[in-house]
Amino acid sequence: MKIGLFIPCYIDAFYPNAGIATLELLEKLGQDVEYPMDQTCCGQPMANSGCNSDAAAAEALFVRNFAKYDAIVMPSGSCTHHVRDNFDAIPQTEDVKHVRKNTYELVEFLHDILKVDAFPWAEFPHKVGLHNSCGTLRALRTASMSELGEPFFSKPMDLLSKVKGITFATPKRPDECCGFGGTFSVTEEAISARMGLDKVRDHHNAGAEYIVSADTSCMMHQQGCAERNGVPIRFIHIAEILNGARA
Amino acid sequence: MKVKPVNHAKAAEEFLEDAPHLTFHDERLWDMRQKRDQQMHLLPEWQDLRTRASEIKEHTLANLPEYLEQFEANAKKNGIHVHWAADGAEHNRIVGEILEKHGAKSLIKSKSMVTEECDMRAYLEPRGVTVTETDLGERIQQLDDQLPSHIVVPAVHKLVPDVAKIFAKNYHTDPNDNDPQSLAEAQRMAARPVILTADAGMTGGNFLVAETGTFVVCTNEGNADLSSTVPNLHIATLGIERLVPRMADLGVFVRLLSRSALGSPITQYTTHFRGPQKGGEMHIILVDNGRSTRLGMEEFWTSLKCIRCGACMNTCPVYRRSGGLSYGAVYSGPIGAIIDPTFNERKYSTLPFASTMNGSCTNVCPVKINIHEQLYKWRRVLAEHHELPFVKREIMHMAGKLMGQPKLYRTAINGTEVALSTMPRFVLYNWLNPWGKHRELPHPVKQTFHSWYKQNRLKKDKAQ
Repeated sequence: MKIGLFIPCYIDAFYPNAGIATLELLEKLGQDVEYPMDQTCCGQPMANSGCNSDAAAAEALFVRNFAKYDAIVMPSGSCTHHVRDNFDAIPQTEDVKHVRKNTYELVEFLHDILKVDAFPWAEFPHKVGLHNSCGTLRALRTASMSELGEPFFSKPMDLLSKVKGITFATPKRPDECCGFGGTFSVTEEAISARMGLDKVRDHHNAGAEYIVSADTSCMMHQQGCAERNGVPIRFIHIAEILNGARA
Repeated sequence: MKVKPVNHAKAAEEFLEDAPHLTFHDERLWDMRQKRDQQMHLLPEWQDLRTRASEIKEHTLANLPEYLEQFEANAKKNGIHVHWAADGAEHNRIVGEILEKHGAKSLIKSKSMVTEECDMRAYLEPRGVTVTETDLGERIQQLDDQLPSHIVVPAVHKLVPDVAKIFAKNYHTDPNDNDPQSLAEAQRMAARPVILTADAGMTGGNFLVAETGTFVVCTNEGNADLSSTVPNLHIATLGIERLVPRMADLGVFVRLLSRSALGSPITQYTTHFRGPQKGGEMHIILVDNGRSTRLGMEEFWTSLKCIRCGACMNTCPVYRRSGGLSYGAVYSGPIGAIIDPTFNERKYSTLPFASTMNGSCTNVCPVKINIHEQLYKWRRVLAEHHELPFVKREIMHMAGKLMGQPKLYRTAINGTEVALSTMPRFVLYNWLNPWGKHRELPHPVKQTFHSWYKQNRLKKDKAQ
């Protein structure tokens, strides 16, 4: 299986460690991974703003970059959600259909496709609060949703539970949105920042030293809120922990 | 005159500045959501009920004309006068004519979102009719000259001292009396004489039953029962989408309604109105007011399934932190954001963007309206209809172009300003500036992933 690695723009520019950890982790698991150098964006920001036709160029480029791979893996739930569920600014050719069908968010790829049962190199002796982005939770369904009353399951928790030394904090409102919401974070900045602050406080009050998530965009926002308001909590991408980061 | 779009962001910012109100509002509604969850866990068949409710509503909406005619015929057999109102103006005129015919000058009413939609009080009052809301929350909102901020709990954005001040002004009670019990008593004492002497009563309604020609009103205060039975004249106003085909269907909806709304198994009163009381008169006004048009909208017609429980509001993290009034519309919250643009696309063009599209609303909806997906679709429609702010539109256009050109994009990411050449700096920066108002920016890094990969993988490959 040849894997194409997609690294979203904000990870590329601000959180390269999450990207590096994703790549190294897949390599440790024996995967054949390539990162196409001409990649930019999946088109989500434009499409989510309603400007779907403006997403066409990005979507077309994405397909040109990734059509040749058996699987496309990305450390981002919302980008995966866009490609899988909303990627329709361009004609739905066979290449487009192939890309949409074979795009995976990292956690679901590890859990459902590779079915990884151990991360022997991983140890994280800290109490963490798990943040499921709304994209992973309610669109990709990598965990059970409180509104539906379904039996508990959590793919990210399953993976993290295989890490030595890790313990979990339980926030009061585990699946409330943190308020990032893409351009919402700018156009509705007051609400967005307040939601972010409430979110990081909830985790902090539950005793979390770290917030861990499969989505860096949520954490970029939460980190900004935590730092501004002096909430002492740190942030780490799930790929970094699974790849063996100790802190 | 051009209509200005509602500035939800600004109203929300003001709401956030008042910590006691914000905290109470957020926690009160979250508590309702929690209670709803508890009720859900008590019913193993919860998801089946939602599916059934959705199917019944979709079936009814797909056959609406037939069921409406069936309802009309059966209601008439029950001795009810049935009126059809195409819009708010016609609705108000019909109410005015009925009242005039009876020489009615005092109208008591229970809560009805449709009469808010039609702005009925503003029509009747200049014509010499005194309208008195009898639902406690709705009365508070009437005295304060505000729209209801929530479908089910209209004054939930107010604290007890706010109510004390409003009552002091209108009922001459002690403005510093912050005891809810005595405030409720004050309202009771003020309302009872009005109820006992009213010329006409008005209610909304939750369900119309086609096969029986009857309708059902669900309340917790009993005020609808007083409003409808104390005066001899009862006018009920309902939207045409309130319909269910059979009496048996009600079981599904009554089980879902209050559990979703307040987290209680059932409302205190579930009253079936089957016809006028002895010597009295009963009228039903069936209101369209844009519903037929909405029914024809391929992507949005299922919003008509709504049973007005407010569960989407209670769970919405944006609504809980901005308050219903920030939506500037009769219907607020997630359901409001997908309904309101059908009333006025420009005015409510901002509301589908007052959401993170997190999807919790869709999950709690008892009739399975795909609310967050409709928010997404509305954004597209509004962009196509040129209802997006100019700067946002331009930035997305520019970003879209940039994202299609890897070399230009890479240059932009690496810190040069080629990307900005198509747009004056200050415009772009002003638009992005709000990020830093209440938040720190991400920390700068030494190397992008792209550059790291080039250095650590591509060069290594070449060396091998």
